[in-house]
Amino acid sequence: MKATRLLRFPTPTLTLALGLALTVSSGAAPLTFDFKDPKGVNNVSFSLDAPLEAINGSANGISGKVTFDPDNPAATKGRIVVETGSMHVPNPMMKEHMLGKQWMDAEGHPEVVFEVVRLKSVSTEGNGIRAEAVGRFKLKGVEKEITVPVTLTYLANKLADRTNGAMQGDLLVIRAKFSVKRADYGINPGAPADKVADTVELKLAIAGAAARS
Amino acid sequence: MRRNLRYAACFIALLATTWWGARGFNRGFTKTSVPVPVIDEITGIESVDYQPRFVPGIDFLGVSAAAASLLAGSSLLFRKSRSRSNDNTTT
Repeated sequence: MKATRLLRFPTPTLTLALGLALTVSSGAAPLTFDFKDPKGVNNVSFSLDAPLEAINGSANGISGKVTFDPDNPAATKGRIVVETGSMHVPNPMMKEHMLGKQWMDAEGHPEVVFEVVRLKSVSTEGNGIRAEAVGRFKLKGVEKEITVPVTLTYLANKLADRTNGAMQGDLLVIRAKFSVKRADYGINPGAPADKVADTVELKLAIAGAAARS
Repeated sequence: MRRNLRYAACFIALLATTWWGARGFNRGFTKTSVPVPVIDEITGIESVDYQPRFVPGIDFLGVSAAAASLLAGSSLLFRKSRSRSNDNTTT
């Protein structure tokens, strides 16, 4: 009897119901966030604390895309690129040396890349997600697999606030703090560690936008 | 000349030290930009905006001290000038 009733539904009603169901299920589809920030707020700060000298600076030439599913954060994947030439320290001579061939070689290696393969140990607190990002980190031509503790904050429908209503969509904020050894990546490994520390502390704070049309 | 060079050396050393002190006694290297923290209201991201500003450091002090020493040292190349009054009394 029920089956007969269903069959008696007019075709447009069935199509509409099916369409609605599909729309609801596709609402959980992964979103792609673009980290090219026109406001120039996205940045990576670096610090090297040697006994004789502390070096602090930052880089803001950030781009890349991350695919994030609010319902399945563990499936997050993406690629974050930092333009080597955008690294800045307040002393002009130090900056020239830093970007030179012996240190970062900005001309020969114009990008620092972190390719996130997967997230592990994912835990959710409010709209924040703590996890460990597993990925390939490429610096000065040397690629290594590293695991980085990250915090992701998903800000639904906040893109409009950031663009004064010009664009609708969501924001994803990624924060990470980790360190690398410069000797591991061939960054002037012979330099005395009492003047330039071997450990480079990195602090990443970036926001990506997923616009809706 | 001898006296003028010594005055110039003192002036350079004094000016450099005063400028260095007035700009915050920076014990690091000279900076041509200073970081100013900026917080994005929506995302809460704290970034650094570098604003152009000259902050003399210890290297600036060193160069100034070297210049002052050079001037003071070069003053020794000039002979002490004799006063005319002395010349008149002796003759």
